[in-house]
Amino acid sequence: MHIRETGWASRLFDVFNILLMLGVIFVTVFPFYWMTIVSFSDGNAVIRGDVGLWPVKPTLESYRLIFTDPAIPRSLMNSVLYTTLGTFISLSMTALCAYPLSRTRFCGKGVFTAIIAFTMFFSGGLIPLYLQVVRLGIRDTMWALILPFAINVWYMFIMRTAFKDIHEEIYDAAIVDGANELQIFLRIALPLAKPILATMLLFYAVEYWNDYFNALIFLDDRAKWPIQIILRNIVLLGRFEMQGELAGTSAFLAVEQTLRYATIMVSTLPILVVYPFVQRYFVKGAMIGAIKE
Amino acid sequence: MMLLPLAYFVLFHYMPMYGVVLAFKNFDPSKGVMGSPWAGLKYFKEFFSNRYSYQLLRNTITFRVWHLTLGFPAPIILALLLNELTSERFKRLVQTTSYLPRFISLVVVAGMVSTFLASDGLVNQIIVRLGGMARPWLMDPKWFRPIWLVQGMWQWAGWTAVIYLASLTNINPELYEAAAIDGANRTQRLRYITVPGIMPTIVIMFLLRVGQFLNVDYQMILLLYTGATYEVADILGTYIYRRGIVNAEFSFATAVGVFQSFVGLVFIIGANWLARRLGETSLW
Repeated sequence: MHIRETGWASRLFDVFNILLMLGVIFVTVFPFYWMTIVSFSDGNAVIRGDVGLWPVKPTLESYRLIFTDPAIPRSLMNSVLYTTLGTFISLSMTALCAYPLSRTRFCGKGVFTAIIAFTMFFSGGLIPLYLQVVRLGIRDTMWALILPFAINVWYMFIMRTAFKDIHEEIYDAAIVDGANELQIFLRIALPLAKPILATMLLFYAVEYWNDYFNALIFLDDRAKWPIQIILRNIVLLGRFEMQGELAGTSAFLAVEQTLRYATIMVSTLPILVVYPFVQRYFVKGAMIGAIKE
Repeated sequence: MMLLPLAYFVLFHYMPMYGVVLAFKNFDPSKGVMGSPWAGLKYFKEFFSNRYSYQLLRNTITFRVWHLTLGFPAPIILALLLNELTSERFKRLVQTTSYLPRFISLVVVAGMVSTFLASDGLVNQIIVRLGGMARPWLMDPKWFRPIWLVQGMWQWAGWTAVIYLASLTNINPELYEAAAIDGANRTQRLRYITVPGIMPTIVIMFLLRVGQFLNVDYQMILLLYTGATYEVADILGTYIYRRGIVNAEFSFATAVGVFQSFVGLVFIIGANWLARRLGETSLW
């Protein structure tokens, strides 16, 4: 809804506003651009501060080097596994929870909704959850990263809203046709809620991929660490476990910065690549959440 | 059908909620939570008699106040500015770009911050080139909070703005037309239609943040702080992590967590009560 404005003050504001928004784009994109060019540049040139807006002596050396650390490919595989399995479990559990709560005929609805909503406002805190995971015997397994976080209550309520939007007549027709509740859920409700399921899938996937804290507290076994933990060790704690020629030498110092950026790029690439294609689903999720409020 | 989800809530929400009794017990791993002997308020006394606890509280509250006063308005302003753009395509472009950081992991963002601000990092390289002095940004307690604030805005402002933009589209366009006919200029329309139109959303968002009063997100701070910056950066969340998970002082850390959760509950109920008294918007 725009009403044409012709006053000079208004025009000046428009110009200023466009410049400001270009600034927002720049500030958001530049760090990624910078990391990309540095990761492809020669280490010594980076140290000298020669890298401006283009890669200097472009090379794939830092990417080759980070893959000499066996932890990187291994942890990437782990992250793929946790993300796939976690997303599948979360999506199923969330739908299983949201669907009954959306049906008007389900009588325990009010009580269950209250029980679930309360967890948004009060929690036992970190330590009791930690000890519960220990007690269940799933600590130091991938289940500790998935099961305690299987349902995001916020997402569950968004999904419930989507199920609620399905017309009651559609369900009635299915019942007349002799379908049972499970069939209605699988054949009617889920297909009709596909857009929101796609959105939730992406949100859960991003969360599992990006998680570092749960892996930090629940996983001791290095072989099980996801990429985010390895990334933290390399980028923030400066712990490389590279095999071979460069370890501990001064040549290593020269490539350190390029290695950090290359590691960041490798772990972020899946998100950066997928993002342009799926971003409209992300927004849809946020919109529904906002309107629900 | 509800069986699995309910089992989930019992196992991972309600049983841990009951687990807070640990705060009143001397935890003995061999006897489990139930079998451990009672300790009364010992751990709460320990927490409240320690001077460092007040520093933690002060730090936590300072982060929250910085966030509510400086961080909270950023997405609102961004949404209002986006709303004033006349080109829909440009608006979409800015939006799509600005919420990208929300999907980047905390580790990556922290890694970017620490690498850009390192002694030989991008920021110092620019400063040196401009004739200034390089400084160890992240080691300086003075700079920790501003860095945290800017990082938070960079990561979240674009995304949160989506929520305000959604609420802006719900404003009845006839209001703008009627106002224009009555001769209201752009500033007046902003002030008397747009801002009141999204006020309910602003109130709700504010309440949600107030309800999280002491639950300042510690995961980011955990990645960025160092011994040099504990004095300003250490908060309840990071402290619970260090004492509870790292040092395995389960009862003490649970007690701190109980205090934090309890204050949170009081705050969210209080905020909701206040909102009901002041106007028509509330959480429940």
